Amino acid sequence: MRKQKALLFEMGRAGRCGYSLPSNDVPEKSLSELLPKNVQREEQLELPELSEVEVIRHFTELSTRNFGVDTGFYPLGSCTMKYNPKVNEEVAALPGFTHMHPCQPEHTVQGALELYYNMEQHLKEVTGMDRFTMQPAAGAHGELTGLMVIQAYHRHRGDHQRNKVLVPVTAHGTNPATVTMAGYEVVQIPADERGNVDLEALKEAVDETTSALMLTNPSTLGLFEEEILDIAKVVHEAGGLLYYDGANLNAIMGYVRPGDMGFDVVHLNLHKTFSTPHGGGGPGTGPVGVKERLIPFLPKPLVDKKDDQFYFDYDLPNSIGKVQSFYGNFGVVVKAYNYVCMMGADGLKQASTDAVLNSNYLATLLQDNYYIPYDRIRKHEFVVSAKPEKKKGASAADIAKALLDRGFHPPTVYFPLIVDEALMTEPNDTESKETLDAYARAMEEIARAIDEDAEKVAAGPYYTVVGRLDEVRAVRNPILRWQKE
Amino acid sequence: MKYNVIDGLKYTQQHEWARPEDGTAVVGLSDYAQDKLGEIVFVELPDVGAEVEAGKSAAVIESVKAVADLYAPVDGKVTEVNEALLDQPEVINQDPYGEGWVFKVEVKDESQLDKLMDKPAYEEFIIKEEEEE
Repeated sequence: MRKQKALLFEMGRAGRCGYSLPSNDVPEKSLSELLPKNVQREEQLELPELSEVEVIRHFTELSTRNFGVDTGFYPLGSCTMKYNPKVNEEVAALPGFTHMHPCQPEHTVQGALELYYNMEQHLKEVTGMDRFTMQPAAGAHGELTGLMVIQAYHRHRGDHQRNKVLVPVTAHGTNPATVTMAGYEVVQIPADERGNVDLEALKEAVDETTSALMLTNPSTLGLFEEEILDIAKVVHEAGGLLYYDGANLNAIMGYVRPGDMGFDVVHLNLHKTFSTPHGGGGPGTGPVGVKERLIPFLPKPLVDKKDDQFYFDYDLPNSIGKVQSFYGNFGVVVKAYNYVCMMGADGLKQASTDAVLNSNYLATLLQDNYYIPYDRIRKHEFVVSAKPEKKKGASAADIAKALLDRGFHPPTVYFPLIVDEALMTEPNDTESKETLDAYARAMEEIARAIDEDAEKVAAGPYYTVVGRLDEVRAVRNPILRWQKE
Repeated sequence: MKYNVIDGLKYTQQHEWARPEDGTAVVGLSDYAQDKLGEIVFVELPDVGAEVEAGKSAAVIESVKAVADLYAPVDGKVTEVNEALLDQPEVINQDPYGEGWVFKVEVKDESQLDKLMDKPAYEEFIIKEEEEE
């Protein structure tokens, strides 16, 4: 079949139209009679003129080029691209939820408030925190909210000198950006030879200007921080707080809780750990949970309960204020709530078990052909270094393209930065052994192809809709919209 | 050696080079660093007159693969920046030790330069880094 490549603007013919209206039974007036001169266009809009079927074919064809969890394996490290159960969508589409308006009086939306309230209780149990806000729209938004809460806490105590946030090299990639966005200075903490936070370097770095340490545990290397209790002690003794990036919670959920490790603030990604759609299929939600002493600073309103009635509590004078219009992405919370209820406590724990099992199984298979630094039991993800392949002439990016040719979405490439030619791979709990085996076979095939003819691999992909894109030109001279010649 | 290392320059462990030039130091990225980063697409320069601190970020180099900080090799005031890089950042890839220089800094403390690596030491450093698996 011919693949559509033309833009809508390059298709169609003058005068073609997708609809025909019945003839007018009232006298027609021209726009120039109805509108004042200053709001009238001087030239005609350049719109494409197309029939309905042309438009439908165009967009349907484009939609077939999508790659998502519903079409294939998506081992994007740190992103937890787990399957999104369709029953979540059904529940979120119930008319009682979709027909609500955020301006309705509280007593008419008791069910929705109860769902928020119940979800908060579940998240508290999973994380060991004391209160949650559901407002943040995604992970990075949760991070910013969390740091703002920490900032408000220090300031409220009159502690104004804390202007630095410590971020390990193995942290989730958005952390340094969040720190800068919140007006703090980033202090990078190196990793030791086992891939843990370098405790000695941490001790050197903390002082009276330390506002917080942002930690992802397990880290982006897929490794559990073995010294977490000591880390917490070092930061707390210096008067700093501990921030938990929940990007990797799916590795430990049901086994260990950030609240018990000493974390003061936690953000979760409902669109990672709790199976709601991710990326373009979003939106996401990044709930932020805190320990008791930070509750007064959470965004308002919080959902609370009094005499069996649920209500929005705005009486939080030290709150950092709202961080999202209305009350967050409610539909996402409904989906995640449904997931939690269907899985139950045992099910959530099993999801962590399966995620870790899948990751270690796949890493073991890949180790026959690839180098994986930090030889330890991994949690939910692991990082392959394509440094040996790069020496043969095919880089991590080339391996990623070769995976596209074999029907797999590539892992996260070139992150974390401490692993050269990184391929950060996260198979997640929802994939079958057969899928993991097929991926390992594809990787083995690529390893052999590199040995035979690295140059050929480096020139791929060959079977995708478009071949190797010119990334340099795309960054330097991007063409962002169609313009008439 | 696969990478070009020039005699007469001083090198940091983060792969910057510094060339002493009557009271100032010209600063750039080593050939090894530009190769690691891949094709460079954007450079954020410091302001002329800004005070930079040795080991602290002074400029930002963005490639198709990653965004990296360029750390100042010495303390001092920035006296000149290579504005040509704003339009043609790829010059760093093509000529890292020449046209690809990034900024010049007034050297406060000559001894900071002495502590940096010379050609043989830097070559050894790269070899070690390459072998580290």
